[in-house]
Amino acid sequence: MKKSRFPLYITIAILVFFYLPIIIVFAQSFNASRFGGAWKGFTFDWYWKLFSDKNIWHALTNTLIIAVSSTFVSVILGTIAAFALYKYKTKLQVSHNVLIYFPLVIPDILMGISLLLFFVSLKIGLGLLTIFLAHVTFSISYVAMVVLGRFQDFDYSIMEAALDLGATWWTAVRKIMIPYLMPGIAAGGLLAFTLSLDDFVITFFVSGPDSTTLPLYIYSMMRHGSPSVINALSVLMVAFTFIVVFISKKLLEAKE
Amino acid sequence: MHNSKPRKNEFLLTLPSMGWLMIFFVIPTLLVIAMAFRNSDPYGGIGDQWTFNTIRDLRNPNYPSIIWRTLWLSVVSTIICIVTAIPASYFISRISKKFQDIILLLIIVPFWINFLIRIFAWKVFLHPEGLFKQILVTLHIAGPDTLLLYRPEAVLVVIVYSYLPFALLPIYAAAEKFDFHLMEAAYDLGANRFQAFLRVYIPGIKMGLLTAIIVVFIPALGSYVIPDIVGGPSSEMIGNKIAQRTFIDRNLPHASALSALLTFAVILPAAIALTRKFFKEKNSRSIGI
Repeated sequence: MKKSRFPLYITIAILVFFYLPIIIVFAQSFNASRFGGAWKGFTFDWYWKLFSDKNIWHALTNTLIIAVSSTFVSVILGTIAAFALYKYKTKLQVSHNVLIYFPLVIPDILMGISLLLFFVSLKIGLGLLTIFLAHVTFSISYVAMVVLGRFQDFDYSIMEAALDLGATWWTAVRKIMIPYLMPGIAAGGLLAFTLSLDDFVITFFVSGPDSTTLPLYIYSMMRHGSPSVINALSVLMVAFTFIVVFISKKLLEAKE
Repeated sequence: MHNSKPRKNEFLLTLPSMGWLMIFFVIPTLLVIAMAFRNSDPYGGIGDQWTFNTIRDLRNPNYPSIIWRTLWLSVVSTIICIVTAIPASYFISRISKKFQDIILLLIIVPFWINFLIRIFAWKVFLHPEGLFKQILVTLHIAGPDTLLLYRPEAVLVVIVYSYLPFALLPIYAAAEKFDFHLMEAAYDLGANRFQAFLRVYIPGIKMGLLTAIIVVFIPALGSYVIPDIVGGPSSEMIGNKIAQRTFIDRNLPHASALSALLTFAVILPAAIALTRKFFKEKNSRSIGI
């Protein structure tokens, strides 16, 4: 039977759909005209305007503080959770599993409003601390799922062998289990880190006056600032993402 | 193994994540539902009386149309995502492993870009003075006064754009495991292409489809940023109303009542999916996979 070409066309259409708006943004960031109905010449102006904006650097610092700290805590909590889910098959773990799953499916806005109410009720001032707590909350589940995936192929009898040979439990964890899980822990950590960098909705609900993060700042620029400057910022962020992905790929390849 | 030590160890290993999620996820979610029964105080805080008035206020004449719009936008965008993801993932799963990896990478790469910026790209793309609009006008598809932005269709397109990869990946994962010899067997037994597709292929990737529906439909229901940026007042969804009640009117109980409504709309499909998942895991365990 002759193969239908329809699936091929759909795939091509999807890829065009995915890239078209991004390509327009790239072109626009160098266009002297604001909305790009016409090409009014090549310019770096938008980039210079971007670099002279002091608030961006402040927002970037906040974003990185939160991303690093929330990744650190959620990697520890998520890995321990994955270990419990892997090791024990009890009723407690079934509810543990459900509890880990729910934050993955709940829409951001619900997590945002519920945490806002929680902090307001406890009279905790909104700021970097509340953003950090919120980011850990949504990252734990992602880390736990990724690390659990790595656990699926882990042979626990190696741990028992080490214990029989006289290793303490903690030595066996450190020398056998953690090295084995490392790619999963790194992948989970990278995911938590990017989710934290990227999050707008939840952060928007739990942030205070002086805790603007980069996504919050981008949002206020979208509302009040020049669209061309955001185009330039977008290009830089995309370039940065590519560099990070490229480096992490190289690192993983070097290890293998 | 029935002494108390393993139980204590299990408890200690479960406590950190479970405790954290209890405090910062379960309690706040229950709090939202409780706050829907509180009155608001004039200073933007939460009043100290229990009341049904907040729930009654949901009968605001604007709400039925907003709830209806939220539902149809979510349902239609889920259908579009599934209907395009099925043939695409079929195609991807049938090409060589090398090309599969390239296309998957091409699908994932745009989604490394910040969520806000991806939505903003659509605002630039659909802008009244933008290139795309001019092309449409030149081709006489759109008139010079046609507005591409700030309408429910724009919200629909951007929701599809944002969540299509989440539909593609699980359906592809299911298609990749599908044994395509079954299709040939169906042809040999006299099925035409359409019948084989509908009665052999679709049931074969059922779990992937179910995951795809959940991961598109639920976030779509909670959309807030997308209608906020590319939609106008005529394209608001429940998420926008929650944010307005929270930040503009500072009426937290009212925002809670709306959120409680959305929570129930979300928990229902999620609960169904989770139960199905556990049954599936139980079955696969019992046959020794």
